[in-house]
Amino acid sequence: MQNKSMNGFLQFVYDSYKSMKAREITLVYEGEINHQITKAFTSLAETNMAKDEEANSVQKKVFHVMVECLQNVSKHAEGLPIYDFEPNSRGIFMVSKNETYYTITTGNLIGNEKIEGLTKLLEQINELDKDGLSILYKTQIKQGRLSEKGGAGLGFIDIAKKTGNKIDFNFLPIEDDSHHFFILTANITRNI
Amino acid sequence: MEVIKILGTDDTPNVIFDLENDVFEISGRSLPEDVTAFYEPLINWLDEYAEDPKDSTVFSFKLVYFNTASSKLILDILMKLEEIHEDGKEVLVKWYYPDDDEDMEEAGEEYADIVSVPFEQISYTLN
Repeated sequence: MQNKSMNGFLQFVYDSYKSMKAREITLVYEGEINHQITKAFTSLAETNMAKDEEANSVQKKVFHVMVECLQNVSKHAEGLPIYDFEPNSRGIFMVSKNETYYTITTGNLIGNEKIEGLTKLLEQINELDKDGLSILYKTQIKQGRLSEKGGAGLGFIDIAKKTGNKIDFNFLPIEDDSHHFFILTANITRNI
Repeated sequence: MEVIKILGTDDTPNVIFDLENDVFEISGRSLPEDVTAFYEPLINWLDEYAEDPKDSTVFSFKLVYFNTASSKLILDILMKLEEIHEDGKEVLVKWYYPDDDEDMEEAGEEYADIVSVPFEQISYTLN
């Protein structure tokens, strides 16, 4: 029995390795996201991109998007009541790349009441072109106040501006009726 | 007024506010863990300075990166400078950007659109 579950675990490790390779995932993390983690991941990504001789502009954009995505999770992720011993600011964070894109993905729990507002905001952002985003950014920075958590309400707009690509987002239903799992994906075009 | 001199780190900018030597500069990277705590003393200093500013103030931004949380506080600084300008004093904002960094150049343009204060964009080559 011991052996069997051990083998199951080993198989899981190898399967994880294989699927990460297949999806070209260079970094995956699940847990609390805070300032230290943000610094560690961005610094790791910088080192890797420099090693790969990625264009400076691409490196900067990846850095920008990583910071804003990580801060979104650290500021807005919610916890489930049954896991109330865990910090709220938990989520999954992934970086992957292929020939065309760097892809930054985050996933975290949010309360159902947030879905409508997030959907509206992200749909609005995705409909705008470069100039429209610039106008929205200027309006928001003028009007917006810093929230208690230090958010300026500019993160998604900034991601859209920096990448020039649409932001993918989904809300997956989970066992808990009062929450969904919010997955956000941003693509940074390489060699631009 | 006291001189403010903060040495930059990998997540906080270099800051020099030095009246005697006429240096007002924020440079480097800005993504502090607590943006408000970092920028509040700077804004307070400028509040005090705005009460009795010099005839001419040249303020330089030479940032290579700032996050959106910092961007709001940078605007607060620019609005202070706008206030000084509106009171009839000469103010010039110098916005330096690396010559290969369109995003930083654009950020300068956007700030220049928002605040009405003389604004100069200057590109430089990063070593």
